[in-house]
Amino acid sequence: MSHHNGDTRPPMLQIANLHVAIGDVEILKGVDLAVRLGEVHAIMGPNGSGKSTLVNVLAGRPGYTVTQGEVLYEGMDLLRMLPEERARAGVFLAFQYPVELPGVRNWQFIKTAVDSIRRHKGLKELSVREFDRLLQDKVRTMEFDPELIKRAVNEGFSGGEKKRNETIQLLMLDPKLALLDETDSGLDIDALRTVASAVNTRRSSSNATILVTHYQRILNYVTPDHVHILIDGRLVMFGGPALALEVEAKGYDWLRQAAETTG
Amino acid sequence: MQPTRVISRHTKDLDTEYKWGFTTEVEEEVAPKGIDEDVIRYIWAKKQEPEWMLEWRLRAYRYWASLKYEEPRWASVHFPPIDYQGIHYYAAPKSVTGASSLEEVDPEIRKAFDKLGIPLQEQSRLAGVAVDAVFDSVSVATTYQKTLEKLGIIFCPFSEAIQKHPELVRKYMGSVVPYSDNFFAALNSAVFSDGSFIYVPKGVRCPMELMTYFRINSPDTGQFERTLIVADEGAYVSYLEGCTAPIRKSNQLHAAVVELVALDNAEIKYSTLQNWYPGDKEGKGGIYNFVTKRGKALGRRSKISWTQVETGSAITWKYPSVILQGDGSVGEFYSVALVNNYQQADTGTKMTHIGKNTRSTVIAKGISAGHGNNTYRGLIKIMPAAHNAKNFTRCDSLLIGDRSGAHTTPYIEVRNPTARIEHEASTSKVSDDQLFYCQQRGISEEEAHFMIINGFCRDIFKELPFEFAVEARGNLAAGSVPPPDCFVGCRLLAMTIRKRISGTGY
Repeated sequence: MSHHNGDTRPPMLQIANLHVAIGDVEILKGVDLAVRLGEVHAIMGPNGSGKSTLVNVLAGRPGYTVTQGEVLYEGMDLLRMLPEERARAGVFLAFQYPVELPGVRNWQFIKTAVDSIRRHKGLKELSVREFDRLLQDKVRTMEFDPELIKRAVNEGFSGGEKKRNETIQLLMLDPKLALLDETDSGLDIDALRTVASAVNTRRSSSNATILVTHYQRILNYVTPDHVHILIDGRLVMFGGPALALEVEAKGYDWLRQAAETTG
Repeated sequence: MQPTRVISRHTKDLDTEYKWGFTTEVEEEVAPKGIDEDVIRYIWAKKQEPEWMLEWRLRAYRYWASLKYEEPRWASVHFPPIDYQGIHYYAAPKSVTGASSLEEVDPEIRKAFDKLGIPLQEQSRLAGVAVDAVFDSVSVATTYQKTLEKLGIIFCPFSEAIQKHPELVRKYMGSVVPYSDNFFAALNSAVFSDGSFIYVPKGVRCPMELMTYFRINSPDTGQFERTLIVADEGAYVSYLEGCTAPIRKSNQLHAAVVELVALDNAEIKYSTLQNWYPGDKEGKGGIYNFVTKRGKALGRRSKISWTQVETGSAITWKYPSVILQGDGSVGEFYSVALVNNYQQADTGTKMTHIGKNTRSTVIAKGISAGHGNNTYRGLIKIMPAAHNAKNFTRCDSLLIGDRSGAHTTPYIEVRNPTARIEHEASTSKVSDDQLFYCQQRGISEEEAHFMIINGFCRDIFKELPFEFAVEARGNLAAGSVPPPDCFVGCRLLAMTIRKRISGTGY
């Protein structure tokens, strides 16, 4: 793709001709994407276009088969790494449907995650006090019910609470590459604003974000550098923030037709 | 027909993940293989017991012999016939027999206990925990005996109790588990060699944890220990047992009997960390653990509480039970049973309500991984006189992988209409989604399993004595605040689960 004219830094993430299948069904049919540090990319598309597949494959979720293509992340062959290795190398996925872990306290879960990643970086595990201070800070930022930190991970949380919990983890783990899988869906306007502001605060030249969404709504609060349209397993169009508004106004059908005529 | 010999079944592979699997080179005095009246007399003579013990042993033996090698087969565990004539029923390190102090005991044995984290020497012994260390058939040492004696508490090897406190032993031995109770109890009564005896006098609250550490060392040897705990009126005692064994290619038989008696207002808390060698990944070797444990809450408002964490053994067959005889007495059973590879566990409890206003609580957690099979088997029995009896039972099963099994077989028998019985059960599975969620946060699959299991067992782990958890670890920095979940489980157990779950390749 040529829309990075003038930027000569190597991308932190380079996806080349990525084909992915679930069983015999091909979901991604040759995706190319380059993401550089400091960028926020929005990937939009109708249901079933393969948006979630893309970010899940990047995170290493089992159940997908990569049939062709490669992904370089900071010079490493990302697809050969275990999910936990990817996480430790700075890849974070905010889940569309966060999983419940009965009996595992949220506090302990986040602490274990933070410590695993710190150990990988050669840093000491955080003391209880240091960790608590950091966590309390994020809990306040995210306007999260502090009681939920003591409860089992996501168990009995509302949809919005789960998404806020994902965002707290995003802030605590501070990854290089954040993949947000429809983090905006199912959120009321206040929650949406809070999540969006967390994404904005994180924005810096030392990280990047890929935001997968069906609706343009969150893009009112997070202005992406690039917007890509994914239809039927292919990135059919890219542009600036204005493209998102166009999609909002016109829907996806015209893009689908355009994709079909161009083959 | 001569039963097939399984006690020395040989295989090539040994499980190197079992951390306690070392053997100790020590000269042992061993009874000839097999069992008959001469062997019973041999054991009796070795232990220099009084005449009444020989009679008791022989009665037990004759009852056992009348069962003609027919073990109870109602449990859902499968094993080839055991060759009872291929086992040594007595093995004692030579240096222990007749030793009057720990210094005379073979240093190799002391080293073995050091390695197990149970130092016996005065200078290094565990603080706050008195230990009776049993090596094969005999007790090696008992710490803090003097301290306890000042309070009138008797904590000694069973064989010593027979010599020094025959009146107490005769009164209570067999009063809860008669030798005719079942096949394995009869065998134990005939050949038992050692174990612990505890008596806590009226009104005394035992100030420290009492613990017995059982170590099987000698090959082709069975371990048949017997423990008897009596808490007199108003007394309290918390007791803990731990057990490990070397990695052996053959199966070894362990058939213990434990009897607890609580008089008026007395309380006994009995915790077990069972970590016998479980066999290798193909299910070869490992301990056959056939154990009869029962407590009698004899007195009014007495309480007996069992907590068990069963992670070892190729086969576990045990049902720590409570007879709630005294009015207002309380029985509790908290259990975690973990099976992996080809381990089989059939475990649970019997709560027999006899007295009025008796209450019992049963919480059982079964975890099955690999090809492991886990059965909860329980009986809640309310007798006609037990007015206003209450029971609450909860059985939770956690499945890991797709080859493991979990079964729940609860029996409820109510003969008094005022009884209130509640039973809850659940089965869950560690899903791929849960594992991926953890891994995506940088947590390894092994650590994720550990965390999920730890969470699943939290209700039980919190029943384990904290002092022990700290001591067993031995290196918890003084004064540091443990994170909320740090003290729910004893680290010994944590290590076990971690070791056991890792590399199972499901």
